[in-house]
Amino acid sequence: MARIIVVTSGKGGVGKTTTSAAISMGLALKGYRTAVIDFDVGLRNLDLIMGCERRVVYDFVNVINGEAALNQALIKDKRCDKLFILPASQTRDKDSLTSEGVGKVLGDLSKDFDYIVCDSPAGIERGAMLAMYYADDAIVVTNPEVSSVRDSDRMLGILASKSRRAERGEEPIKEYLLLTRYSPHRVKLGEMLSVEDVQDILSLHLLGVIPESKAVLNASNSGIPVILDEKSDAGQAFSDVVRRYLGEDVTHRFIELEKKSLFGRLFGG
Amino acid sequence: MPVTHSESVEFSQTFEIKSGAVNLPVLKLLTSDVGKLSSQLRLKVSQAPDFFRNAPMAIDLHNLVDPNAEIDFVALVRAMRNCGLVPVGFCGGFEKHHQAAQAAGLSSLTLARQEPPQQPQATPTKPKVLPEEVHSRIVEQPVRSGQRIYVPGGDLVVMSQVSAGAEIMADGNIHVYGTLRGRALAGVQGNLDCRIFCQDLQAELVAVGGHYRISENIDDSLRGVPVQIYLQDQSLIIERI
Repeated sequence: MARIIVVTSGKGGVGKTTTSAAISMGLALKGYRTAVIDFDVGLRNLDLIMGCERRVVYDFVNVINGEAALNQALIKDKRCDKLFILPASQTRDKDSLTSEGVGKVLGDLSKDFDYIVCDSPAGIERGAMLAMYYADDAIVVTNPEVSSVRDSDRMLGILASKSRRAERGEEPIKEYLLLTRYSPHRVKLGEMLSVEDVQDILSLHLLGVIPESKAVLNASNSGIPVILDEKSDAGQAFSDVVRRYLGEDVTHRFIELEKKSLFGRLFGG
Repeated sequence: MPVTHSESVEFSQTFEIKSGAVNLPVLKLLTSDVGKLSSQLRLKVSQAPDFFRNAPMAIDLHNLVDPNAEIDFVALVRAMRNCGLVPVGFCGGFEKHHQAAQAAGLSSLTLARQEPPQQPQATPTKPKVLPEEVHSRIVEQPVRSGQRIYVPGGDLVVMSQVSAGAEIMADGNIHVYGTLRGRALAGVQGNLDCRIFCQDLQAELVAVGGHYRISENIDDSLRGVPVQIYLQDQSLIIERI
């Protein structure tokens, strides 16, 4: 049985798809058979971030409607043979997703995979509700600013009450906080909420902090999950996140302002 | 919400619709004979004309036992008006009476506290009255933005935090042992003796029995500290504990 992880936030543009791509790649690199599903029907992006947009033949909605078999729609990643991508349909809308259909696809995937990562669309409408409904774990992606924090809080409330686990009275979804686009410099200037501020408001287990980084944009533009950029701070932070998710005890990095060396200060590095 | 004079006219409210409990004198009908009733009523009112002048009054039909009894509501209303009374509505009675009363311009009212007459019958069968069932609720999980919890007829105890954008309500008291950032409304059915207790007040709004205060009007010295909130002489008191 696969473990189903939803990457969600409520608010848009906080880094859900970047996170889904990085975490699914990270789990696959650790040797787990992993599938990542784009639930953002009508606004698909995951294929771009994963660099497989030119290999999409069938999509999630085709599979739900029985127009294609699951293994026809799954795209095998070229860099890691444990990772498969199920792209969203760009030509349909989110009403094409049905609860039974999503449940069946996840059930079928569960037989062959260790982890299924669901990349949720923004908002709290149908797509987002279905992305989280079957989840076992939730990674709540939050930016260190008040509106993102509030939307995450709203999403946490929905996770606690509207999921299958909640409806069946089972053990609740495990919730993790992932703080993205974090800039210790701006926190120091008082322009951004600190890790402590966000944790105080959400009171949630912190899975990791991803620093604001040019590497993320470069990775998205070139279709390479940022976790593969091992030299970048964001790539390393995501590697830490995957290790922490798998139960390793890894100290948090990129939270404090790093002191520049004399050399660095002289050359503005 | 208090409207300051600096605010432009088009934004000031012209009215509010709220529910309120009003006490009305009740005219309890013991007969369906309106003619006989009218003359007795005139006599009664003449003894204290000032007391009854323009007094609104409800007509209570609970004591009528015959569902087919003819009551001339138009004549009754006229007789009451002639005595200076203002008949506003009726309660009790049977379907036939309701239609006739409504046709005479009376509205249907519900009489509060209809239970007392039944209690004497209930007590002999249950000689040992059990203590009233407690409807209180304890919530251990955080109450998140967008969530709403209402405890009818009891107290609400929240062991965790209440996020901004969440709403907690109870007919009784409210206790919050985490940070209260959302809205908390105690005594929502109008119980003015209810209180709110919280460990860390950062609420958007607090209210007791309909008397409320918004975040902007909460003194900074009371933010982030344990407080109790209660009503005293119609005004909301927030006090450090």
